[in-house]
Amino acid sequence: MKDSPGLHLKTYILIFFIVLFAPLGNVLLSKGMKGVGSAKNWELGDLFHVLVSVVTSGYIWLGIACLLAFFVAYMLVLTWADYSYVQPASSFSYAVVALLGYFLLGEAVPPLRWFGIVVICAGVFIVGHTHPRTTEKA
Amino acid sequence: MLEFFFLFMIVAAGTGGELCVSRAMKVVGEVHDFHPAALIRFVLRALRVGWMWVGVAMMTLAFFSLLAMLSFENVSFVVPVTALSYAAGAFGAMLFLHERISAQRWLGVFLVCVGVTLVWLSRR
Repeated sequence: MKDSPGLHLKTYILIFFIVLFAPLGNVLLSKGMKGVGSAKNWELGDLFHVLVSVVTSGYIWLGIACLLAFFVAYMLVLTWADYSYVQPASSFSYAVVALLGYFLLGEAVPPLRWFGIVVICAGVFIVGHTHPRTTEKA
Repeated sequence: MLEFFFLFMIVAAGTGGELCVSRAMKVVGEVHDFHPAALIRFVLRALRVGWMWVGVAMMTLAFFSLLAMLSFENVSFVVPVTALSYAAGAFGAMLFLHERISAQRWLGVFLVCVGVTLVWLSRR
């Protein structure tokens, strides 16, 4: 496959969508699920009521819409880019989700969590810079 | 204990699902036309690949586990700890696909695990 500038541009655009929509979707789901109530208190008989609360939550549907946008972008980029390239490139999602949780949901994010997220991103980058093929071609 | 169970489901089913979808996308082929009609045809083509359905089923299971965990934990905690999927992917590739994992990749996986441990410790 020809490695053109256009290919790089569309790859970067779709990775931007991945890094934006996945954290935003998770934040909206979190907002919606906090309204449903803790799973630690769910009884077997409550599951129908829980399901109704989930499917009638606007935040959950907005979150699903964002995650669908993420999923489409993810599917599209995987048709030409390697999984081993896309996965590390999308590692920024971990930092973005903490930022959105802090600014949009008012979550307390302690310094230890920020440090942990930075270490996770560093680890994902190292994984991403290894050779994608580790087995011999048949 | 419940958080461990949901985390396991998110990581195991999520990683398995992503690998299945990745395989399905390679079968479908590269997208060149981004018009809505062409994208719909692309999605319909993808839905005819068996791996796509297996992947979607596993990702659905992971999704409901994520919803359950988000009902009692902060999103800034839940999403970073799901990075354990990198470790699951490396061990899965070594055990089931017989891939050789380089020392550098193990170092990356180790760092991810350290990071997840730090995030986990920040919960209290």
